[in-house]
Amino acid sequence: MKKKKKFLSSGYLILVLLFIYLPIAYVVLFSFNDSKSMTKFTGFSLRWYENMFNDRTMLQSIYYTVLVAVISTVVSTIVGTVTAIGLSKAKKVIRSAVLEVNNLPVMNPDIVTAIGLMLLFVSAKVQLSLVTLILAHISFSIPYVILSIMPKLRQLDDNVAEAALDLGATPVQALTKVIIPQIYPAILSGALIAFSMSFDDFVISFFTAGVGINNISMYVYSMKRFNPSVNALSTLIVVVVTVILVLVNIISSRMSKERKKEENV
Amino acid sequence: MKSFFRMSYPYILWIAIFIVAPMLMILLYALTRMGNETLTFQFTLDNFARFFREPTFISVLIRSLRIALETTVLCILLGYPAALFIANLSEKKQTLMVLLLTLPMWINMLLKTYAWRGILQNFDLVSEMKVLIGMVYVFLPYMIIQIHTSISKMDRELFTAAYDLGANRWVTFKKVILPLSVPGIISGITLVFLPAVSSFVIPKLLGGGDYVLIGNLIEIYFITTGDWNFGSAISLIMALIIIASMYLTKKIDRNAQEE
Repeated sequence: MKKKKKFLSSGYLILVLLFIYLPIAYVVLFSFNDSKSMTKFTGFSLRWYENMFNDRTMLQSIYYTVLVAVISTVVSTIVGTVTAIGLSKAKKVIRSAVLEVNNLPVMNPDIVTAIGLMLLFVSAKVQLSLVTLILAHISFSIPYVILSIMPKLRQLDDNVAEAALDLGATPVQALTKVIIPQIYPAILSGALIAFSMSFDDFVISFFTAGVGINNISMYVYSMKRFNPSVNALSTLIVVVVTVILVLVNIISSRMSKERKKEENV
Repeated sequence: MKSFFRMSYPYILWIAIFIVAPMLMILLYALTRMGNETLTFQFTLDNFARFFREPTFISVLIRSLRIALETTVLCILLGYPAALFIANLSEKKQTLMVLLLTLPMWINMLLKTYAWRGILQNFDLVSEMKVLIGMVYVFLPYMIIQIHTSISKMDRELFTAAYDLGANRWVTFKKVILPLSVPGIISGITLVFLPAVSSFVIPKLLGGGDYVLIGNLIEIYFITTGDWNFGSAISLIMALIIIASMYLTKKIDRNAQEE
């Protein structure tokens, strides 16, 4: 009886995984297709990979995606961390008011955030460009960084930083030697969320980027006819994401193991 | 320590410009006559009246709400058992399953939707069915992870206590696990219903040109037709409906908790 139940539950989980990985497997398979078809596999070839590396607009979209994601992640992680630490020392009224506004882009549908920013830029007579795109990405990423750091800050013992100050540490030292090391994992996960939000974004980029600036999503959206090189690109992204996530997991599990060891000593 | 608060000054200025001002811009545009690049400051309620007078707009709104609701219900029905089964696995297997579920979330949504377009070309389905499959696909992992988090946080002793008191598996589920996992379901609903209502990429890529949801309507009025004022009014109506439904969900949750 128990075995049968176990069989049922693992069977169901396998079905869910199959559903989730079906389109990914489909794309990987068809990236090696010999013909342009997305329904018939006619033979193995690497022509779409070759095409991708010769397609200037496609390469440029990859470049813009990575550039914007890196800049917005760095800026939003720094600003978000500094702000979160500052807010944790603020009066409760001010803190909850700021967090309430900070939550708006998280709760708002992307398209509302997008047109809001576009209307702002246009009415301020700022020409839509790479700069407005980056500003938009920074502004929707910071709230997520703050949201991922705030709970961790609340668990901290205020007395530790207080003690550091009493022992003669400058505020900057108290920050970099005491507070930040304690919330480091939360900063990292905030940065990770910021990067993936920026890397994946379509809607906000679509409304705030200047003419001729396309990220991967915008490139895919604006394709007039289906370009199978997109399959090759997806496959590459799948490989890169898998490698990064596996590495992050290995490192974090090693770190927690070491921490356990230290605690035991 | 109080002086640390000063570190958040720059961001307070930032949110005034990049969060509060854009919301005010949408409101101002929605309440004024057509001007696009320049605000006209000729106040009117015509944009809102126009939306509610036209049956096509109302039916687009109802269709968007319906498909978002269907997506959310399907995600709960399909995701809940998955979350429950994952929570019953060993700790190592749980981490692996969560990793396997998060991995596809990192892959560009447009690329995944394009893949579904290829797959669904093999089948003869109506547009709405294709869009629904695409939406459930994109949002299901979020629902599973939210529910799984709330189940895995529960104290296992509670289940043992229920068994000891004579409850069978089903009663334990109904009386202990399910009520305690409501917060997880609620945050899952927030992560699914909200983006599903406003989604415009999935309907556009999977539904073909004739399948329009409220998000597509906003895009049309901003990009194709170029009536930003009316587009702003539509997005304001959508945002208000979403806020209202979220408020309602939270209220139902609170009432249920009090009981």
